[in-house]
Amino acid sequence: MITSSKFRENAMRVVFALTACVSIAAVVLICVFLFASGIPTMKTIGFADFLFGKTWAPSQGLYGIFPMIVASIFVTAGAIIIGVPLGLLCAIFLARFCPQRLYRVLKPAAELLAGIPSIVYGFFGLVVIVPLMQNLFGGSGKGMLTASVMLGIMILPTIINVSESALRAVPESYYEGSLALGATHERSVFSTVLPAARSGILAGVILGVGRAIGETMAVAMVAGNQPILPESILSGVRTLTANIVQEMGYATDLHRDALIACGVVLFVFILIINLCFSALKRREA
Amino acid sequence: MKAKKHPMSMVQRALVYASAVIVFGVLIALIVYILVMGVPNLKLSMFAWNYNSENLSMLPAIINTLTMIALTLLMAVPFGIGAAIYLVEYAKRGSRLVKLVRLTAETLSGIPSIVYGLFGYLMFVLACGMDNSMLAGALTLAIMVLPTILRTTEEALQAVPDSYREGSFGLGAGKLRTVMRIVLPAAVPGIFSGIVLAIGRIVGETAALIYTAGTVTGVADGLLGSGRTLAVHLYCLLNEGLYTKEAYATAVILLVFVIGINALSSAIAKRLAKR
Repeated sequence: MITSSKFRENAMRVVFALTACVSIAAVVLICVFLFASGIPTMKTIGFADFLFGKTWAPSQGLYGIFPMIVASIFVTAGAIIIGVPLGLLCAIFLARFCPQRLYRVLKPAAELLAGIPSIVYGFFGLVVIVPLMQNLFGGSGKGMLTASVMLGIMILPTIINVSESALRAVPESYYEGSLALGATHERSVFSTVLPAARSGILAGVILGVGRAIGETMAVAMVAGNQPILPESILSGVRTLTANIVQEMGYATDLHRDALIACGVVLFVFILIINLCFSALKRREA
Repeated sequence: MKAKKHPMSMVQRALVYASAVIVFGVLIALIVYILVMGVPNLKLSMFAWNYNSENLSMLPAIINTLTMIALTLLMAVPFGIGAAIYLVEYAKRGSRLVKLVRLTAETLSGIPSIVYGLFGYLMFVLACGMDNSMLAGALTLAIMVLPTILRTTEEALQAVPDSYREGSFGLGAGKLRTVMRIVLPAAVPGIFSGIVLAIGRIVGETAALIYTAGTVTGVADGLLGSGRTLAVHLYCLLNEGLYTKEAYATAVILLVFVIGINALSSAIAKRLAKR
């Protein structure tokens, strides 16, 4: 009896340990599968031709993804420029300006913003933001600016949630000390609480960058879908993610492999961003 | 204290209020716009059993979505909870395995869904020979939601007071019995909120499913049959560009799903906070 229960204890311990290893196995498998099919493709096309080639024309055997890399970076930068100030100020509102009763409504609303599927954002972008841009600037309405606005909205929940908890983690004494020195409420928040929450806010921004660069469906619908180097902020572009999702359906052979290699480039971007994020977290701890 | 006398403070206050108004204004605009445009387009015929070119019924897609949720959770929940139990109850503090699991789980949660889609396509569809199927889609999504379930369960287990464990040990229960009978039941609401979050992600997922579960319009023919979920259905409708009415109607149903899931999760959170 005792031995059998001891056996069961140990067996379950091993089972739990094995389930814990699933996430390790998953990351290893993802790396192996992506790199094993992506790296040889890049070699076939030529690393420089693939990464820095300016023409993407699979029918002519040209697989340069430079325009897509540029588009991904520009659109992400645009999203940061739009989303970070808006999200940060909104987080300040939630943490320091919002009456308790209103907060009980707004907090779930901010969470809902995170829960809305990206395809619904894309649809909204297509039927509301695109026509709006058309009226404002002419042209097709689809392009880098539209995609940036779209993504700026989509990273708001990430920025808001992370910044809000960073702001709330600042000791109350900072704020009170500033008030006692005669500063206004606003000034105390902006000049003492905000700087103290800096590294937490930066972590939120990095997470936002990761979300923006990896976002696919919404961007694919409003970015204008042109695999060329953008000339202005209104030019139609195609991001790495959009390139994959739009051509994977009919691509074959080398074309298909090139799309997977696109995914590898994206994956490497994400890994770098993740590394920055965990380095920042470790420094904070 | 008197903000009115300080112009800079006035500006700061205005900025803060303005951005809150913009952020929540956008949210309200999105929801109201989709509901107003979509609800009139909802017709009973869109919930017909069969999909055909005259009637783009979304009922098959709804059924596929529910199947996808069930399949994905069936795979992700046991592993997520098991891993969390190991991390919280069994592993020694600061062990190398724990660090590695945390790091990889964090990496998983940062990977974009299109990369999951590519991976699922390479591994499950091609290498495992599942073709485009519900199973391939669910396996892909299970890996995607694993970190969500792992993290929320971990937090829920950590929130169970140590006195529970000590009491159970004191009464002579073993480790396994303590975990399964005492700690786990106490953590159920927290775990449940993680599962609800995961359901939200599954319902809204598109990019990871298009090339794994496929885009077949009917109800999936068994585990190895292909089928589109509601979000993929919306993508396909928009891609074809001819079915704006149907797209609005689908967006409404999708939004209602998501709002319902969110309401459920905040109800759970409220109950947790009360305790």
